[in-house]
Amino acid sequence: MNKIEAKKVNVFYGDKQALFDINMDIPERQVTALIGPSGCGKSTFLRCLNRMNDVIEICKVEGEIKINDYDINQKSTDVVRLREKIGMVFQKPNPFPKTLYENISYGPEIHGMAQSKDELDQIVEDSLKKAALWNEVKDRLHEPGTGLSGGQQQRLCIARAISVKPEVILMDEPCSALDPIATAQIEELIDELKKEHTIVIVTHSMSQAARVSQQTGFFHLGKLIEVGSTDKIFKNPNQQQTQDYITGRFG
Amino acid sequence: MINREEFLNKRYKAEKRFQMYGKSAIILALLFLAVFLFKIFSTGYTAFQKTWIIVPINYDPEFMYLDADQKPSMEDLQDSEYFDVGIESFAALDQNANEDQITDIKRMFAFIFEEEIKDHILLNPDDFGKIVEVKLTASDDLDQVFKGNYPRDLPEERRRVNDYQLKIFDKLNSEGKVVSNFNFSFFTNADSREAELAGIASSFMGSLFSILVCLAVSFPVALLAAIYLEEFAPKNRLTDFIEVNINNLAAVPSIVFGLLGLGVLLAVFGLPRSTPLVGGITLSLMTLPTIIIAARASLKAVPPSIREAALAMGASKMQTTLHHTVPLSLPGTLSGTIIGLAQALGETAPLILIGMVAFVNTIPGSPMDPAASLPVQIYIWAESAERGFVEKVSACIMVLLIFLVLMNLAAQMIRHKFEKKWN
Repeated sequence: MNKIEAKKVNVFYGDKQALFDINMDIPERQVTALIGPSGCGKSTFLRCLNRMNDVIEICKVEGEIKINDYDINQKSTDVVRLREKIGMVFQKPNPFPKTLYENISYGPEIHGMAQSKDELDQIVEDSLKKAALWNEVKDRLHEPGTGLSGGQQQRLCIARAISVKPEVILMDEPCSALDPIATAQIEELIDELKKEHTIVIVTHSMSQAARVSQQTGFFHLGKLIEVGSTDKIFKNPNQQQTQDYITGRFG
Repeated sequence: MINREEFLNKRYKAEKRFQMYGKSAIILALLFLAVFLFKIFSTGYTAFQKTWIIVPINYDPEFMYLDADQKPSMEDLQDSEYFDVGIESFAALDQNANEDQITDIKRMFAFIFEEEIKDHILLNPDDFGKIVEVKLTASDDLDQVFKGNYPRDLPEERRRVNDYQLKIFDKLNSEGKVVSNFNFSFFTNADSREAELAGIASSFMGSLFSILVCLAVSFPVALLAAIYLEEFAPKNRLTDFIEVNINNLAAVPSIVFGLLGLGVLLAVFGLPRSTPLVGGITLSLMTLPTIIIAARASLKAVPPSIREAALAMGASKMQTTLHHTVPLSLPGTLSGTIIGLAQALGETAPLILIGMVAFVNTIPGSPMDPAASLPVQIYIWAESAERGFVEKVSACIMVLLIFLVLMNLAAQMIRHKFEKKWN
């Protein structure tokens, strides 16, 4: 079943077109990887899915992006509710300069998800457990989140994202600032999270895409060149360009 | 072919020279500061001492127009006249004094001698009818003589203290009747035309109230303006125009704001003249752009990743701003605010225009009462001819500087506290 269906998505930064007629379906409870060389538009596409491009004043998004059969790319969409359903993890870990607890509790608080302090404590604990961070930080929940290591910070950001129980989690190169061990931990985590969430991950690392994803889309110069099961893309792609990219001939 | 060794040596030498220029610039700056502080301190420290002359006061019932046989009630003492008590007691200092000389002796004391004599008897009613020693404030001229600031070698006709007064003073001094104590009245008195009585209470309170009014008006307005311009306003020609004008506003000479205060606050709105309320609002026009610029800069310095994180969590624009961006920018905003307030504290020209230069001999109890301010007080005293005011000017500058240093310390502490929380 498809969670997200994008049809004829065009994105413009001022006069410059960044994405051309993207058509892509994203299946539910699977990991979809977006790969491609720098500047190919994969992050731009990702940011269309939770309307984060709204923040950029000159950016204009055209086309239809249906999530649960509802077109989110229309004026009347409530982005606050949309982003409650679609969480996001960024390239550089960006915890709030607050305590670990406040980092996680912020989302549930602003969306009124917890009736009591106990309930909030439970959400914080559950989220940290799901992000495989609980055991490391349970004794210092009230210390600043910025005191953690890079990998821990990124898992904190993932815990923050899942605290509001989003249906979809968008990840924009979540491991590019991390060392191999931290990367492995995040990848394990992604594997775990796909049981409950639909995940879209942008990555520079083709091996990572091969390891974590079930579906892969290859972007080049603002066009979606090819999309298909990860197995097929990496073993037997239809397009010559895809073949060239994954074998390292360019990019 | 260049000699590489020599070339390298040249570079090292150039670097040494460069560092030396820097060091000498710092030394020069410190030297200026030291000279400035030394000058202020050396002329000003004597203002914290006050000279008193101990005089045997004759509480003779006759001079007080009271009945000698009856113990007077407190009301009697309260209503009685003490001028004659003073004059007779002064006359007793020199048995052979003629009328002019008695007047000369009287002029050796502050004009409040009557009150001082009265205060003594009210506190010690048993001294009625006796001759007791009472401490009277010396006139500012003799105060200066005692402090050694008075040129005794000038010809008599060019001196405000004549030879006769000096003779009496020296005699009293040799008897140990001239004493010097800490000058509390400098801090508790309002301004006065008499240097020995003039104090900074009015101007200090006036400055304090002005700063508080200025803070209360400019901080919220500036913060809201900065937040709106930085976080919400679209970037277009209108907002560019506003930005340019805010920057221009910061460069407007302060006296222009004084004219604005005079023309609008006093003339149109009819607010009370010479009050810290008007002064504070006028000064807030000056601090407003300073705070807006500082607040915008520190909002801009908050990493965009924090905003993205909050937005991606589904926080609205306002929540993102109020929960994350503004708290993170506060330390910078606050230090900008303090800098703005410190500027306002030292501002003289606009306050002169709105009438805070008026002679105020009462201590203001609220921002609605007439008051002076510290820098204006310095200006008023610096204009006064009496020698007694010279040291007061320096003393007032010292108080102003201490005020400023304390404000900066407060700013540092606030900054430190806020920043510590996140690291």
